[in-house]
Amino acid sequence: MNSVKESSSPKRGLSLPVFHPDFMAEAHAASADAVLHAALDNSVTKKDYGRRSSLAELPDADGLRQLAGDIKRHTLDHLDYYLELLERNVIKHGGAVYFAATREEANDLIVDIARRTGSKLVVKSKSMVSEETELNDALIAAGIEPLETDLGEFILQVDNDHPTHIVMPVIHKNAAEIGHIFARYFKTPFTDNPQELAEMARVYLRNRFNQADMGISGVNFAIAETGSLVLCTNEGNGRMCTTRPRVHVALMGMEKVIPALDDLPVFLKLLARSASGQALTQYTNIITGCRRPGEHDGPEELHLVIMDNGRSKILAGEYRDTLRCIRCGACLNACPIYRKVGGRTYGSVYPGPIGALLTPLFNGLENHKHLPHASSLCGACFEACPVKINIPEFLIKLKRDEVQQGITTRSERTVFKLWAWGLQHAWSYRLGQVVQRVMLRTMGSKDGWIKKLPGPAAGWTAQRDFPIPPKHDFRYAYKQYRSGKNRAK
Amino acid sequence: MKVSLFVTCLTDLFAPDVGMAVVKTLEHFGCSVDFPTAQTCCGQPAFNNGYPAEARALAVKMIDVFHDADYIITPSGSCCAMIRDHYIELFHDDPDQRKLAEDFVARCYEYVEFLTKILKVDLSTLSLPENETFTYHFTCHLRGLGATGEPAIRLLKQLGGAQFTALEKAEQCCGFGGTFAIKYSDISGAMVRDKVQCGSKTGAQTMIVNDGGCAMNIGGACHRMGASFRVQHIAQIIAAAVEHTAGAKAS
Repeated sequence: MNSVKESSSPKRGLSLPVFHPDFMAEAHAASADAVLHAALDNSVTKKDYGRRSSLAELPDADGLRQLAGDIKRHTLDHLDYYLELLERNVIKHGGAVYFAATREEANDLIVDIARRTGSKLVVKSKSMVSEETELNDALIAAGIEPLETDLGEFILQVDNDHPTHIVMPVIHKNAAEIGHIFARYFKTPFTDNPQELAEMARVYLRNRFNQADMGISGVNFAIAETGSLVLCTNEGNGRMCTTRPRVHVALMGMEKVIPALDDLPVFLKLLARSASGQALTQYTNIITGCRRPGEHDGPEELHLVIMDNGRSKILAGEYRDTLRCIRCGACLNACPIYRKVGGRTYGSVYPGPIGALLTPLFNGLENHKHLPHASSLCGACFEACPVKINIPEFLIKLKRDEVQQGITTRSERTVFKLWAWGLQHAWSYRLGQVVQRVMLRTMGSKDGWIKKLPGPAAGWTAQRDFPIPPKHDFRYAYKQYRSGKNRAK
Repeated sequence: MKVSLFVTCLTDLFAPDVGMAVVKTLEHFGCSVDFPTAQTCCGQPAFNNGYPAEARALAVKMIDVFHDADYIITPSGSCCAMIRDHYIELFHDDPDQRKLAEDFVARCYEYVEFLTKILKVDLSTLSLPENETFTYHFTCHLRGLGATGEPAIRLLKQLGGAQFTALEKAEQCCGFGGTFAIKYSDISGAMVRDKVQCGSKTGAQTMIVNDGGCAMNIGGACHRMGASFRVQHIAQIIAAAVEHTAGAKAS
């Protein structure tokens, strides 16, 4: 899993960066990686159980999820109104607001702000949306130094790697790997003691917070009514980034707005529980404007960049509900496939079930044709989602789009059409069953199982045996049973 | 009570015993069971792979085949979930057929659901031929049915001679997922091996798996890996208990 950052975005103009294009190769390697599986079970599977038990403490968790989903739906249905309200109220409190149509535009705006304010060192709080824009690359290209201050993100930056989980970015590395990365970076003796490693980062970062000119954060929720930006973190680095430097830039996807302060508790109750099984994150910041006259801390300037980057296209179609996502990562933790392939396999910024949905929606199905299919449709993601995004149903819709757009092969389309035709008649169904039985019964070993199936079905026997059908089917057994009963009468 | 069996294509071909166990146990609980022979498939593979028009044609056929059934019972939960979650929406633009679909969906039950919700059976008078230890895999379709594994486990525990041990990661998908198991066999294989390892850890003799696809997947992996437990549908266990108890009474 020691990945080296490959050249980003082989195709420019895509809304999301593509870290690697070969889903099947990654899936093949990760599926055989027992160390990865154990690490993921130890983290994400545990977090999933944490989510369940912490939600069970609420009187009506399901009702709360419904409410959160309804608030999001309402907001998305009136997004233009709430974004304008947010803009007005941020400006009222002394902030500046910018709208970016693309990720390139968002990066340009932030680079401009950095230049205008003479910022040389930028400290960053964890932000998935800045991963989406590849902001660090843009800042470096402009001669500005970005520094990730979330511990996980810091490790990844030092190692030139990408996050593989939405809220636990460095989940794919164990303590020993991190120990080696730090020993190289800090030129200190190796240790894999988590406390010592965290302390090394803490001492280093504290110093750099004091030197930074600008802090960049994401936004968990933006409250239209008050113009407040809500930031939920566990490490406190987010608070340092948004208070210590003289300039604060917040970058958000345009779907992050919620109507009113009264709506916030609904989401706060769900976010940390869904993400990590905590009742609340350690730090919940509600940032309204910048430093006012007479106040002795806080940034002198606040800039809010609201980014579209393909969201309005999704908003306009039948996939609108996918924009409800609050990036809690619960669907990743619940997903049996994520637990086997890890985040890297998904190839872009957003892994797991929500990534399998968002990545093709942002970048086009033709660029990610495996993602909608690489799901057993078990529904664990829908069950876990705090805003009730029906991910399996949307994945099926994406597959339907693939068929309609001619992305699936002609032979697959023919097979399904023939198959469905055959099943519309009892005679052709029975003929099909008989043919299958006769063929399969010639392939079996003595122990009653088939070890190798031909053609595309070989995938089955690559992993497990296939049963030989019994000599007689149910229809035959049932008929015998009925005629036996009649005779008995 | 008159019930009609929807046996499903997989059970018909690969697991006739499961179908017969459903017939015999339902008769034991006082139902008269009928099997409409024109039935084929619910259309789930087509629907899940993005072919709603093909699924729709099969749904029309299903609804027609079972038009006069009081209850439609199926041993395969995922087929029942397909019907319940998608049949009505498939006819969103055809009010007449949609009405028929609504009526059909309301009469469809998965086997355990029917035993516990409609028949409200009590199995405590039944006992197994020999003491047996069980574990239970939560098949994913239960989510689609809005159900939990609790009713099936409760039924198992009622049987004389049955011991139950919980399965680690019981609710984690076994990796079947229809064409997923073939197209993404690496991932599916890792998933099913995890399931079999958890099953082996319980030390149970039998894992209850109430879906034809999951049973084929877990059973096939058990055989490949040489696991010591067997995979059974709960109907097979109840049928064995019914037969044993009847035999014991007769002798």
